[in-house]
Amino acid sequence: MTNLEKYNKVFMETLEIEESKLEGLEYQAIPLWDSVGHMSLIAALEDKFDLMMDTEDIIDFSSFEKGKEILSANYGVEF
Amino acid sequence: MEQNYEAMLELEPYSLEKEKKQELLSRRLISLSEQHYETCETYKRIVDAFGIEIGKTESYYELPFLPVRLFKEMELRSVPKEEVVKTMTSSGTSGQRVSRIYVDRKTAGYQQKTLVKLVSSFTGSARMPMLIIDCPSVIKNRAMFSARGAGILGFSIFGRDKLYALNDEMQLDVEGVSAFLERHKGEQIFLFGFTFMIWQHFYKEFKKFRQKGIVWDLSNGILIHGGGWKKLKGEAISCQEFRGSLQEACGLHKIYDYYGMVEQTGCIYMQCEYGHFHASIFSDVIVRRPEDFSVCRMGEKGILQVVSAIPESYPGHSLLTEDEGVLLGEDDCPCGRKGKYFSVHGRLKNAEIRGCSDTYGAKF
Repeated sequence: MTNLEKYNKVFMETLEIEESKLEGLEYQAIPLWDSVGHMSLIAALEDKFDLMMDTEDIIDFSSFEKGKEILSANYGVEF
Repeated sequence: MEQNYEAMLELEPYSLEKEKKQELLSRRLISLSEQHYETCETYKRIVDAFGIEIGKTESYYELPFLPVRLFKEMELRSVPKEEVVKTMTSSGTSGQRVSRIYVDRKTAGYQQKTLVKLVSSFTGSARMPMLIIDCPSVIKNRAMFSARGAGILGFSIFGRDKLYALNDEMQLDVEGVSAFLERHKGEQIFLFGFTFMIWQHFYKEFKKFRQKGIVWDLSNGILIHGGGWKKLKGEAISCQEFRGSLQEACGLHKIYDYYGMVEQTGCIYMQCEYGHFHASIFSDVIVRRPEDFSVCRMGEKGILQVVSAIPESYPGHSLLTEDEGVLLGEDDCPCGRKGKYFSVHGRLKNAEIRGCSDTYGAKF
């Protein structure tokens, strides 16, 4: 599985959303991506990519796209 | 001149001396008041009833303060309903009315960022394995957070591999916790919970299991707890006894209490190594005399007014609490943190507060 596939899969499973709706998805835009969902999403991503994010990055993780940016810039995950 | 909050977040939380802090906070709080005056009709009526012209105030000491009780009685909101992403409620026994706090995306972000700044200045910024001394059902209702749920969720950002130490029947998960501690042997563990719950469901229960030979070593742990002492005072447990007992039971010695309330989520007052609660640059306490609300001298007991630079979606930036406390000093705590430090002496007696909230109520 490519990193992008893994990344998408975590979103789809944690937020119960279809792949086609991921692009442009923002924090708080759907009921399941609330502050509780956010922590589950982070935990699932950390698990999947075997990394630990900084608190700052967890806060800055404000959209589907921003998340990719953070993972590649600060944790060496290439998409 | 307006003061934006993003810029404040760049500053170290306990770095400013009195004058600089008052200048900064006054700018922010006066502009917040103006903003709420424009966007919240109820707030406008209150300010007008006080006879205060916000534009003429020079310091946050002159701004009106809303009794916290008001959030139980009216809907105080400064953004359209559609922009509210979560509603937080105060803890209250059944039958009691609860406060409702309306939070939009921006204010929620400020709350979380502020909490991170404050807490990480005590714990460091590394995320730690986290033991939550509560039950998982507290955050089940996602749209409506209790004060307890909001606290747990806010602090969760410091944790990884989180475990709830209690099940939904509030029973201690002894096996789960033992396995967790085994898994994280040698690491710094972060524990979070509410004072009474820790005592009742964690400490007291653990004591029973300890007699059966179970050993938990938390000498490497950091416990942050809040929520007040009212219930423990009923059992005649002092702060010293609480700390001493936990240390004796499992070696836990880094224990920090905090003072805070759901109406001003994010701006908590952390207790330092010397047992003092500290105001950061994001908030302040003003101790006032119950008779006429004038400002108390240092060392004089009074009612606590709290101000917070965070709230934009509801007018909760200047509140009169129902707690009594004493200002102990400013800028000179031996722990080195700047800002005011104080102690909290518990709730005002019901009759007294009804008295002053009635006085207030009559004004609107």
